[in-house]
Amino acid sequence: MDTWLKRIRPDANQWSQNAIIVCMTIALLFAILLPLGELVIKAVTDQDGNFIGLMHFANYFSTPALVMSLWNSIKVSTVTTIIAVTLGFGFAYALERSAIRSKWFYRSVALLPLFAPSMLHGLALTYLFGNQGLISTGFFGLLPEFRMELYGPIGIVMAEVLYTFPQAFLMLSVALASADYRMYEAAETLGASKWRIFWTVTVPGTRFALISAIFVCFVLTFTDFGAPKVVGGQYNVLATDLYKQVIGQQNMQMGAAVGVLLLIPAVISFVIDRISQRKQSGWLSAKSTPYRIERNKLRDGLFYVLCSAVSAVIISIILVAIYGSLVKVWPYNLSISFTHYEDFLDEEGPFVTSLLIAFATALIGTVATFLFAYLIEKSRGHRLLRQSAYFLSMLPLALPGLVLGLIYVFFFNNPNQPLHGIYGTIWIVILCNIVHFYSVSFLTMTSGLKKLDSEFEAASESMNVPWYRTLLRVTVPLSLPTILEVFLYYFINSMVTVSAIIFLYAPDLKPAAVAIVNKEDSGDIAQAAAMSTLIIVANLLVRTAIMWMAGKIQKRTDALLVRTKE
Amino acid sequence: MEQGYLSLCNLAKRFGKHTALQDIQLDIAKNEFICLLGPSGCGKTTLLRILAGLEKADQGSVVIAGKDITSLPAGKRNFGMMFQSYALFPNLTVSENIAYGLRNRFSKAQIADRVEEMLHLVELGEHRNKVPAQLSGGQQQRVALARALAFSPDCLLLDEPLSALDAKVRAKLRNEIRRLHHQFGMTTIMVTHDQEEALTMADRIVVMNQSRIIQVGTPKEVYERPKTPFVADFIGAISFIQSDKHSEQAMLAIRPEHVQLLRDGHEKGRQGIVRELEYRGTHYRIVAELIGRQGTLLQQFVTIDVPAHAMVSHHVWPDQKIAFTLPPEHVIRFDDTADLAVG
Repeated sequence: MDTWLKRIRPDANQWSQNAIIVCMTIALLFAILLPLGELVIKAVTDQDGNFIGLMHFANYFSTPALVMSLWNSIKVSTVTTIIAVTLGFGFAYALERSAIRSKWFYRSVALLPLFAPSMLHGLALTYLFGNQGLISTGFFGLLPEFRMELYGPIGIVMAEVLYTFPQAFLMLSVALASADYRMYEAAETLGASKWRIFWTVTVPGTRFALISAIFVCFVLTFTDFGAPKVVGGQYNVLATDLYKQVIGQQNMQMGAAVGVLLLIPAVISFVIDRISQRKQSGWLSAKSTPYRIERNKLRDGLFYVLCSAVSAVIISIILVAIYGSLVKVWPYNLSISFTHYEDFLDEEGPFVTSLLIAFATALIGTVATFLFAYLIEKSRGHRLLRQSAYFLSMLPLALPGLVLGLIYVFFFNNPNQPLHGIYGTIWIVILCNIVHFYSVSFLTMTSGLKKLDSEFEAASESMNVPWYRTLLRVTVPLSLPTILEVFLYYFINSMVTVSAIIFLYAPDLKPAAVAIVNKEDSGDIAQAAAMSTLIIVANLLVRTAIMWMAGKIQKRTDALLVRTKE
Repeated sequence: MEQGYLSLCNLAKRFGKHTALQDIQLDIAKNEFICLLGPSGCGKTTLLRILAGLEKADQGSVVIAGKDITSLPAGKRNFGMMFQSYALFPNLTVSENIAYGLRNRFSKAQIADRVEEMLHLVELGEHRNKVPAQLSGGQQQRVALARALAFSPDCLLLDEPLSALDAKVRAKLRNEIRRLHHQFGMTTIMVTHDQEEALTMADRIVVMNQSRIIQVGTPKEVYERPKTPFVADFIGAISFIQSDKHSEQAMLAIRPEHVQLLRDGHEKGRQGIVRELEYRGTHYRIVAELIGRQGTLLQQFVTIDVPAHAMVSHHVWPDQKIAFTLPPEHVIRFDDTADLAVG
């Protein structure tokens, strides 16, 4: 059978690779492009499917309340971006370019918010600055009262800064970590002052990361649903509008129009990011020498203060949320108990559902991402096919979670759809999560694969070994650290995400992050905080386990990949 | 030797707008050792990859022993290939790497025997259980060679096999590859940009430039009778001078070791002014600027190699006048001067 097959298909290697790429491209087509098309169609048709042009948008812009939310979204996002990117740059600069101590500690703290759902920051702010908040009441009368208008723009900005800060920090620290010290030495020998060097060498070296960070923070805030839901009060923004239009009023057409508006900054950001990625390469060469940090007491002192302050805020936010979840009846009975955690660990409970979804997403997502990244990067499949597959793989980067959830409702909640069957099951949530976090995983995987010798495939081909054997025996073992990293990324994000799946979950299979929104809606703040705490704990545990494993494997792989020179 | 064992007929390849190969005609005899020599970007690696089946030619055919293999995929050609980076699988041991291509062809016991044989052949028996990172560059190179030879290929393809090694190891492995070729007799095609490597190793050299084959011949032919100025300049050192007969456009060329330096005060032969003088251990290298009949400087330069022991009887200093002759039997004439070296 095997030899017979080989006779009719002499080039079975390439043929089988092409077949898989075609299958996966079709899958991506159904998971991304077609639903997106549905959104555009909905936005320009009426309920009966007649073409009405830009009527919905005209309606939208003639409704003062709705225009107001657009304005609010822009204002809140701009302020958040300025604060988050400034803090992120300062923090990243402190960790990469100053000589402060315990950098590992500051780094871990800065990344802590990534492990929490974005509602947690809002909940913690309620515990601090709400009507009965710790700070508002001056620690229940111990100190003078400090009252401010939390519910509204101030609260949203505070919560969003906490939410976007780690992203800005991460992007900028990568850029600041990779500098060519020879340029600093050259500038110094030419007599430039520290200030001039900063503006002529440091900032240009990070400008692409800076632009990307600005856009990412803006888009994250612009499309975030969690924070405005919890601390937004009567202050309407685009994301909450969308939720109200679709879930509250079942006005799908107007929802589609709002979805298109949400998409605009995301698409611009996507394009800019692609351009800067292309330009960024070539800044560093193999001969670059790493940055050398010199001692400077004043600088280190200032950065020490900055890092400590930011870290203190992040830690106290998370501690307050945990404390709130443990207090029996805030603020009247401050005794500690686990009552709010009851029935969360039920087999049918949201927390278990979330774990299930996150594990399934991580498992399926990682396998699919690896296979696809491998075939696009390493196979000799058809070039046009690989390019279109690559483009489709980048597309989810331009899709905010809220829009993704929306287009999935449009696309899959249609009885004439052959895939209608998965609507209302756990599978659509898993599919949505995979697509939502696919692009970043894909890029991580691709850059991991790029580090492997590009001749492995050619070598095994010339020895007449089928591609999948080399894949399993060589490429997978060598990529294990990256594979684990991607698995972790899928898992953590599936645990904390709410924006996409809020439209999609089945009532009997409610994920934990959605449960937080519902609890908060009905006033059970403590239970919402308890659920958030559980998510953080679960994420940290899984992360510790996987990083421990990945670290061990990484050490082994690194030893294998050393290039010996004689 | 059986002529035309492996024939390349009219091969061409383009990558987008860039022409990588054109008009490639080549007949290779069985058991021959061929070097593809040329500057980087001349298409030699592309040609090797087309032979291996890793790249598809746009036109033309590849025939081995009368069988057309142009559209046969790499795995079916039974060609062993050694890559520039060696492409050893870093997570597999030396034995596992060597056994990698044998699994589909032999039984377990046969594979074990074959691996043993190859390990012995490249003298890596005691390293069999090490992974590539634990080996030196030269040892890695030998593993790669053993892996490519393990399944007794009809043809061995080597892509700049020695370029990653330092000079001493390189010379040693050069002999080793020659020895293996002698022992196995497999037809071998090696890509290199190192002329010395090509001259010492090849039965025949294929000189390539700008996507074409310029000359095919034994090392001696290519060195002594280069077809074009490019070949002359690319292989070995050479000086070009214009013919002194004004009616001719021809270019004359001569290798530095063939120029005869004359004793002081000689008025015969050519005159020149010493512009550079270098001591090179075994010999001195002089670069002299030619002086014309009327005593004018011609802005043409001749390189002259003089053995170190012979220098004792000459007095050569910078900016001094010297006399030399160009023995006619060593002067190479080029009528077409368009194609000068770029590499």
